[in-house]
Amino acid sequence: MIRHKLMRAVAFLLVLLGTSAFALPPATQSNKLPSDSIYQLNLHLVDQGGKAFELRSLRGEPVFIAMFYASCKYTCPLIIEEIKRTVQALDEADRNRVRVLLVSFDPARDTPAALTAVSVEHHVNLAHWTLARTDPTGVRKLAAILGVQYRAMTNGDFNHSTMITLLDQEGRIAAKSDKTSALDSELIAAVGRTLAGQNP
Amino acid sequence: MPWLRLLGNLWLVLAIGAGHAVAADYKQIAGGHFASVLPADEKAADMQVAPYELRVTPVSNAEFLAFVTKSTEWQRDRIARVFADAQYLSHWITSDGIDRAQRDQPVTHVSWFAAQAFCESEGARLPTWLEWEFAAAADTARKDARADPAWREQILSWYSRPSNSALAAVGGPANVYGIRDLHGLVWEWVDDFNALLVSTDSRDQNDPDRLKFCGAGAMSLRDLNNYAVLMRIAMLSSLKAADTTANVGFRCTKIGAGEKS
Repeated sequence: MIRHKLMRAVAFLLVLLGTSAFALPPATQSNKLPSDSIYQLNLHLVDQGGKAFELRSLRGEPVFIAMFYASCKYTCPLIIEEIKRTVQALDEADRNRVRVLLVSFDPARDTPAALTAVSVEHHVNLAHWTLARTDPTGVRKLAAILGVQYRAMTNGDFNHSTMITLLDQEGRIAAKSDKTSALDSELIAAVGRTLAGQNP
Repeated sequence: MPWLRLLGNLWLVLAIGAGHAVAADYKQIAGGHFASVLPADEKAADMQVAPYELRVTPVSNAEFLAFVTKSTEWQRDRIARVFADAQYLSHWITSDGIDRAQRDQPVTHVSWFAAQAFCESEGARLPTWLEWEFAAAADTARKDARADPAWREQILSWYSRPSNSALAAVGGPANVYGIRDLHGLVWEWVDDFNALLVSTDSRDQNDPDRLKFCGAGAMSLRDLNNYAVLMRIAMLSSLKAADTTANVGFRCTKIGAGEKS
């Protein structure tokens, strides 16, 4: 009886969810931000040096963006190393143009000092990399726009999906990768496509 | 000029006037220990719910219309695609006009981003899952009616009702807190919809190179017999923040001093 009800409920659920539509508008190069750019989001960030900046200030070059937190012992270091490897695998000209932005899930603990410590530990080049924090609402919105799931645990850890997202020069999602222990050739190819798209 | 458009549509002016005259009604909920189906420590620990104020009814079409009339960037023909899919507010007659019969129905075809923006305009935010679940555990007489088979059966019978019939107006029977329509009308966005089901295992079984989730522990659901609540979690978890559907609406939460993130 209950099983029957559940099956009906599940069927209803499937109908409910079967109605999503998605269309990608063609690339434009006007000054107006594309409608599907994540730079539409008003997101105030503070970098590892304590300097405030807006997410959309990254417009203009391709950006690898990922979320992490400083006290993370497991996949977060892998995410950072994976981005380093991917950037290293690019041609030198491309490598110099790509930016990397890591945003913390953990605004309560990830102060600029904590972010700086991570950048030192992983020897990241701060000319191209930014480690940043935002407020709790900003974290939720950025995760939502990137499709990252995360959940705070009582012990101070976060369970979160690992995701490296490549944004094109206009802030549109060009590629996503959830690989953290093998070089994702698709991500590298996407950088090439993105840069080629701007300079035909 | 939004004003000129409104003047051409008298009932619309009346609807918005009424919306302004009566500020949205919120009720205080004291909070307390709560056995959420999503336990805090992934095992069995009770959650502590801080005091909060919950909107009595879901946001109606008329209320959402008043919002987009002021905040025009949230109108369906202006909204950035990254914030809402193509079905956003597709049930309205025009980008700033609704049918009279829709006025008091709960607004649906709204994305998480749009719901969040509406709540911010009321000095509020979307409730967390825990806040929603806490209030929704009640029935008309008890703060926690979840163990009652009749409570579950009533919700499941709503789930199995066909979704092509017109939505009722907001303002159904009040629960013990004075909150209405938590069950039986629409599904509702919560602030942390993308935090509910994060992994049952940190590794994809088929590909050891793919670590999809970070975190040592597996998320485990408690009270697996409670389909009524678990289905809602499954539904919310399957949504993306820009998705809109004909059955998902929202309400808002206000928090007093001492809000923690």
